[in-house]
Amino acid sequence: MRQKAEEHKKTRSVRDMEIGEQGVISSLEDPEMGLKLLEMGCIPGTAVKLNSRAPLGDPITIIVNNYTLSLRLDEAETILLKQ
Amino acid sequence: MTVATQPEIKPARQSTARPEEVRIALIGNPNSGKTSLFNQLTGLNQKVGNFPGVTVDKKSGYTQLTPSIRAEIIDLPGSYSLYPKSMDERVITDLLYDSQARHFPDLVVVTADASNLKRNLLLFTQLADLQLPVVLALNMVDVAEQEGVKIDVEALQRELGVPVIPMNARKGIGMAALKIVVTQQLSAADKTFYTVPADLQPLVESIKTRFGLSNDYLALQYAHLYKSLKFLNEEDIAWLGEQLEQAGFKSNARQAQETIARYTRINELLLDAVRVEKADKDEKFSNRLDQILTHKVFGYLIFFGILFLIFQAIFAWASYPMDLIDASIAALNSLIQENFEGPLINLLTEGVIAGLGGVLIFIPQIAILFAFIAILEETGYMARVTFMMDKVMRKFGLNGKSVVPLISGVACAVPAVMSARTIENWKDRMITIFVTPLMSCSARIPVYTVLIALVVPDTYYFGFMNLQGLVLMGLYLIGFLAAIFSALLLKVILKARERSYFIMEFPTYKMPRWKNVGLTIVEKVKAFVFEAGKVIVAVSIILWVLASYGPGDSFERAEQQALTEARAEGLTELQTENRIASHQLESSYAGVIGHVIEPVIRPLGYDWKIGIALLTSFAAREVFVGTMSTIYSIGEEENVTTIKEKLLSEKDANGDPFFTPARSFSLMIFYLFAMQCVSTLAVVRRETKSWTWPAAQLVYMSGLAYVMAYITYQVFS
Repeated sequence: MRQKAEEHKKTRSVRDMEIGEQGVISSLEDPEMGLKLLEMGCIPGTAVKLNSRAPLGDPITIIVNNYTLSLRLDEAETILLKQ
Repeated sequence: MTVATQPEIKPARQSTARPEEVRIALIGNPNSGKTSLFNQLTGLNQKVGNFPGVTVDKKSGYTQLTPSIRAEIIDLPGSYSLYPKSMDERVITDLLYDSQARHFPDLVVVTADASNLKRNLLLFTQLADLQLPVVLALNMVDVAEQEGVKIDVEALQRELGVPVIPMNARKGIGMAALKIVVTQQLSAADKTFYTVPADLQPLVESIKTRFGLSNDYLALQYAHLYKSLKFLNEEDIAWLGEQLEQAGFKSNARQAQETIARYTRINELLLDAVRVEKADKDEKFSNRLDQILTHKVFGYLIFFGILFLIFQAIFAWASYPMDLIDASIAALNSLIQENFEGPLINLLTEGVIAGLGGVLIFIPQIAILFAFIAILEETGYMARVTFMMDKVMRKFGLNGKSVVPLISGVACAVPAVMSARTIENWKDRMITIFVTPLMSCSARIPVYTVLIALVVPDTYYFGFMNLQGLVLMGLYLIGFLAAIFSALLLKVILKARERSYFIMEFPTYKMPRWKNVGLTIVEKVKAFVFEAGKVIVAVSIILWVLASYGPGDSFERAEQQALTEARAEGLTELQTENRIASHQLESSYAGVIGHVIEPVIRPLGYDWKIGIALLTSFAAREVFVGTMSTIYSIGEEENVTTIKEKLLSEKDANGDPFFTPARSFSLMIFYLFAMQCVSTLAVVRRETKSWTWPAAQLVYMSGLAYVMAYITYQVFS
């Protein structure tokens, strides 16, 4: 129980989202990959929605700035969400 | 304090540009319709060349802007920003930052997808800040409007300070307007969208002074990219490195800061110019389609159905035009041989024309495969293939898109290797190209069938499982496993040149543009015929000379000996001819080489006769059967059964059958692994732009073939 609560406290990322869930980007963890994500429009403060998962669970597609972006889970993990 | 950039100073090149011919660079995000615009402008007037040092092709072409002004159009690789994320994208900075470069453009046309304007404008604002003359081709305006995205072009033009041309490049709408504007817009953009932060100003000023630059943003780009700018010398790079260290310049943080500032600015400008009225209809349609096309079960079923169709097409459908090409070449040759005579005629017919035939024969397969690939790319389905296969393929160092080359490789490695071009990541593409020829191609089938017929009994298990069929399937499986595990090996060995990302736009489904499909086919066929073709013809001629000439008078002596034998044995005319051909091949240079390499191949169970066949197979693997027929005096016209009987009656030194299961399996395994295809080597050299890769492939695959064949021979004998 306690462990679960602690995990919940950890900052959530796009990786942890449910399909159809909306969130707002708070920051990007990986500086180099962050640049790529920024260029693609994943700016802190922007709304993001998990659109779909590949049949094997990875990669995923998200909707950001009115378009669909596909990325791998370990890339999605670096996009942190506002609580 | 911030110092504004100086709009009144135009690039030096400006004044020297001749009005009769202008050079225009096309640049834009991937999927922004850049290729469609390029195709619309240049049509069949395209040529493919090289950018030095990268594998991406330099596509350029000509278009007539007005009756008196011609423009050279250069198609640059798709990119999201001026900060290159891959080797291929560096081409853009190399071209645009060096005003002394030979191909420095007079004008840049930026394509932007109207329904996705925010992200597309990032690259535009960077280019505008370089104060290059820029025109914005606002693509797919009609599509955006249907989706509820209304763009006020007038307002946008005011905000951006450059001409904005609404168009639909896929349909050719707006082309006339673009051509007119392009002839007029030869002065630099006069708005800037990003001001270099005050604390960087001293650094920027000193870079400007040293390199004689007038533009702040260009100076800032030098600071970010100095290590990869080709036109800077070592001294400049060292100087820049020192300056940056003194200033405490952090490239990543500054780039992030710039990108965020640009997006903020773009959001402001789009407030008035763009109105989004309702939810994305196209996106919803694509999403619904994706529920089936990327479904856990149906998604893969449909994908493998499509792969099966492609495979069938290059395997079965292509055989009709291929037979036609074969027959035409043969007819042409016999026509020439009937009417003319002499050694030069033989060189022309059996050397040059036969070599050309060996190039032309690939065209149907290349055309068909690229028709499919272009359609898959155009519709947006290829992105789904990558999406579905990425997780599995990544484990082996491959890419989701590697599936298409690998499966196509079962028909023929030549078009398959060319199709690896769709893989953006350098390492993934090289691994795919490297392992694709291990997949058993259709040229190996004649070799497999003859050898299997020789040693595997034609028995059935459970009434339907044919043993010969099972062995054939086993050979294909071994090839597949060899490809997968070689990929795994390379994944560990090969150093990545760039970080591999999957982050990319997931395009909506679209109808394919047939013009783009057609031009892709033409481009690929041309690239193959003119670039790989040269090597193939040259090597075919060399192999032909090796097999048709011998040292000194060896050919006459071979003929005499054959005639003596024929008289003694009372052979018919046809048998005599076959005997002569056999003896002549033995005494040819190829025969000499066969004898020389015999000690090397003996551990695999082969003699000099097989040595000759291994050598001539380099022209194409199926030549094995023809060479075996000649060397065993079987003659050309006979079928598999005759060849089988003849080979079965072949005896070794002890009088036992020569083609034992051990020898035959060893040969099958050798052909499975060995890189015996000049055409593939030539195409790999073209695709990788280096001889290192084909050389490595030749050594690796042939080495593997030797070891595996040796093991097979030892196990079975």
